[in-house]
Amino acid sequence: MSKYDKLEKNAAGRVVPTVINGRPAIPFQGIGKYKPTGYKAAPKIVSCADFPEDGNKVVPNLKEALIKAGLRDGMTISTHHHFRNGDLVAGQIFDIAHEMGVKDLMWFPSASFPCHEPMTKYLDDGTINRIEGSMNGALGRFTSEGKMHGLGILRSHGGRYQSVQDGEVHIDIAVIAAPTADPFGNCNGVNGPTACGLLGFALADAQYADKVIVVTDNLIPFPCLPWQIHGNYVDYVVVTDQLGIPEKIVSGTTEITKSPDRLLLAEWSAQFCDEAGLIHDGFSFQAGAGGTALSIGIYFADILRERGWKARFARGGSNKYLVKMLEEGLVEYILDGQTFDLEGVRSMRENPTHTWTSPFTSYNYHGKGNFASLIDIVILGATEVDVNFNANVVTHSDGYLLHGIGGFQNCLFGKTVILPIPLFRDRIPVIRDEVTTLCGPGELIDVIVTERGIAINPRRTDLIEKMKNSKLPIRPIEELKAEAEKICGVPEKPKFSDEIVAVVKWVDGTVLDSIRRVIS
Amino acid sequence: MGTIVTTGNKGKGVRSDCFITLELTDQGGMLLQVESKVAALYGTDIRKKITEMMNFFGIVNATVHIEDSGALTPVIAARLEAAIHKATKTDKEYLIPMLEENKYVTTRDRNRFSRLYLPGNTPSLMINAGIHKPDGIILDLEDAVAPDKKDEARFMVRNALRGIDFYGAERMVRINQGERGLDDLDYVIPHNVNLILLPKCESPEQVHAVNDKIKKIKKKTKQDDPVWIMPIIESALGAIRAAAIATAADNVSSLAIGLEDYTADIGTRRTPEGNESFVARNMVVMAARAAGIQPIDSVFSDVGDMEGLRQNVLRSKALGFDGMGCIHPRQIRVIHDTFAPTPDEIAKAQKIVHAFDVAQERGLGVVSLGTKMIDPPVVKRAFNTINLAVKMNKLDENWRETYEQV
Repeated sequence: MSKYDKLEKNAAGRVVPTVINGRPAIPFQGIGKYKPTGYKAAPKIVSCADFPEDGNKVVPNLKEALIKAGLRDGMTISTHHHFRNGDLVAGQIFDIAHEMGVKDLMWFPSASFPCHEPMTKYLDDGTINRIEGSMNGALGRFTSEGKMHGLGILRSHGGRYQSVQDGEVHIDIAVIAAPTADPFGNCNGVNGPTACGLLGFALADAQYADKVIVVTDNLIPFPCLPWQIHGNYVDYVVVTDQLGIPEKIVSGTTEITKSPDRLLLAEWSAQFCDEAGLIHDGFSFQAGAGGTALSIGIYFADILRERGWKARFARGGSNKYLVKMLEEGLVEYILDGQTFDLEGVRSMRENPTHTWTSPFTSYNYHGKGNFASLIDIVILGATEVDVNFNANVVTHSDGYLLHGIGGFQNCLFGKTVILPIPLFRDRIPVIRDEVTTLCGPGELIDVIVTERGIAINPRRTDLIEKMKNSKLPIRPIEELKAEAEKICGVPEKPKFSDEIVAVVKWVDGTVLDSIRRVIS
Repeated sequence: MGTIVTTGNKGKGVRSDCFITLELTDQGGMLLQVESKVAALYGTDIRKKITEMMNFFGIVNATVHIEDSGALTPVIAARLEAAIHKATKTDKEYLIPMLEENKYVTTRDRNRFSRLYLPGNTPSLMINAGIHKPDGIILDLEDAVAPDKKDEARFMVRNALRGIDFYGAERMVRINQGERGLDDLDYVIPHNVNLILLPKCESPEQVHAVNDKIKKIKKKTKQDDPVWIMPIIESALGAIRAAAIATAADNVSSLAIGLEDYTADIGTRRTPEGNESFVARNMVVMAARAAGIQPIDSVFSDVGDMEGLRQNVLRSKALGFDGMGCIHPRQIRVIHDTFAPTPDEIAKAQKIVHAFDVAQERGLGVVSLGTKMIDPPVVKRAFNTINLAVKMNKLDENWRETYEQV
């Protein structure tokens, strides 16, 4: 089976395969254009009679659970990434598969981290055929160099839910690491020694996988409350010594930046929002985990406090700063997608107005709405943007795949999307003629804030009008690009092979762009 | 085996810099090894620049190995030229183009609330320094550069003056003490430096020596633009002679105090309250004011303590200083905000300026506020306050249009 076949140019002008890993794929047709028909995928019907009456689904170890679940060649194995860089579970699954001589697995993580670097040896020896999800750091490098057997597929958090729901991806075995669980399989992320907050990224896995294994290092008697994942979805429960390394679980950037350049970006972003009238009593915002985004939150808090306003809700990544805003009464609700520090975990446990969400409630494009489009201000990052405001978050300008999409594509549906990014990073200009990889179409990206000027998307005539008399340095994006190239020099185009090594999916499951092998 | 020299920086945490190893050989032509994190985008450009420079210096046989962590062209050029000067005896200078936007001059009495120290051999800190809008940037050749890096720092500072845009900040260089300091001037005066900081100044003769050298270079390079001098008082002897130093030359624009060295010199340590330097700071203020120049305070070294900095600026302002040094861009805002006129000061200045406007309108020679006559120096100060407030966004420039209604 070839990795891909039948190339076509999609609506974004990108050449993409229409056959991927032997299955048909639909090229991107434009935002909101592709409307699939038919019914969602459905899990198998099971009978209670086949499960222990006493509700005890505990099996001795992960290997036994995998064997009972029928682990064999070619299966799709899913994991979630709430343990971030402290994950100790995903690696064990493939150690076991390797030991059993199982081949050609598809690993379907909700995200990968540097701690998953050892997977490269299983990608190499064929235990794992490919990754669909995200390929970060070493895994990205491995993919970029054309070493992965299958074709990699990158999806957003919402796209992952959509792909499972729509039947694009069928999960054979889901392994859900859960900081607290009961023998029935009810589980949550708010309690236990390796508490990570919530388990939202594992929701689709629980709902749709053939077999669901919960792994915990904190087994408690029934009932485990809150039951973020219901045991009714769960086949087996495994107790292990340690699920993750707590200090690495909270491995997102959880401190406000001390970099003066980034603080300037944060300050200008907040000032822009204020002057453009985007901040008001009852507004909502999405707070990211990066140092710059956290700092913007601090500026928002100052503005709210000074004027006696409240934000109706904030979309997290929660962290101690957002929790402080909640507990100070500056934010009424936190709708949390993942908790970035222990304060976030504590708040989720204690504050009824701090609630967990899942990619279904927040991001799924094939649902009856999702709340990403209700958010007034969304702050995101990017590795590159181009003069048409398109953004790249997965590859670097040298062509290497280094990051996942995360919630980036899903958040683009917010009302105003702002990207605070440096104009260049170590001589590498961030504004290009054309992004190396298209992840976010420019029509959804409104403002780019750099340390040398702020560019407003010409489509946002309302913002341009509002900022007409601003003292902020509002400049055309072409001018910012020229300034970066004056400082850094005009970069050469990196050299790619024609060979495609991975594709980027859009939120509706269509193929947005192809990532090509890097010639090193 | 020929001469092997190295310049620049590499290793973990080094950014926007490069490390060059140059070996002069007897035969075999030019061998160029480029290791760069930006090779995919700028590899060709780096090779081209190095080849061009080697040709310029007439070096035919050599091995150049560059380990690049994203250095901009002015940085690569400075590193390579420093290596060439180390390995050969050459008088030639390879000058990168002078940016048009760097050709500005500054006035004697311009605002000098903040001046940001930038280590002269650390390009990563220079590139974005100007965007934080300090009143001045100081490319430091003295204490912030390790002794064995002093020679290469000169090329770095020279290229920064030519090739890095500081966005309107006054372009200052702190030279070394003594003879080395005088030699430093050859590398900076021809490149539109606005102000020279003269460290550890203890006598008017030191100012004369520096100024004579500046004049000599300016004559040779046919420059007319002013180069101001800011002597730094850093010892008891300097403090005692502050008045003579402040008047030593007509281009001394300001007089600064450096408290780390001063407190060491008088045998004590710096305290947050600063009682140990109270007299010296007063002497500097008095000497500067008597000479009609700006008194400038020392730096505040705890970059994490913004409230401490604010208190320090308040004390500084109360003593009569017009500005102070800073060692981190985060300090700039606090320094500007605190040195800036307060709302009370602005309101009072508005009243006086308004009274002046009224007097002008009515053709009166005397400005008065209620029953009080306002002296001309007070009017002038009020105008300064208003100009500053406008410049610092504390007052709308068209405030007069709405003032009547207040």
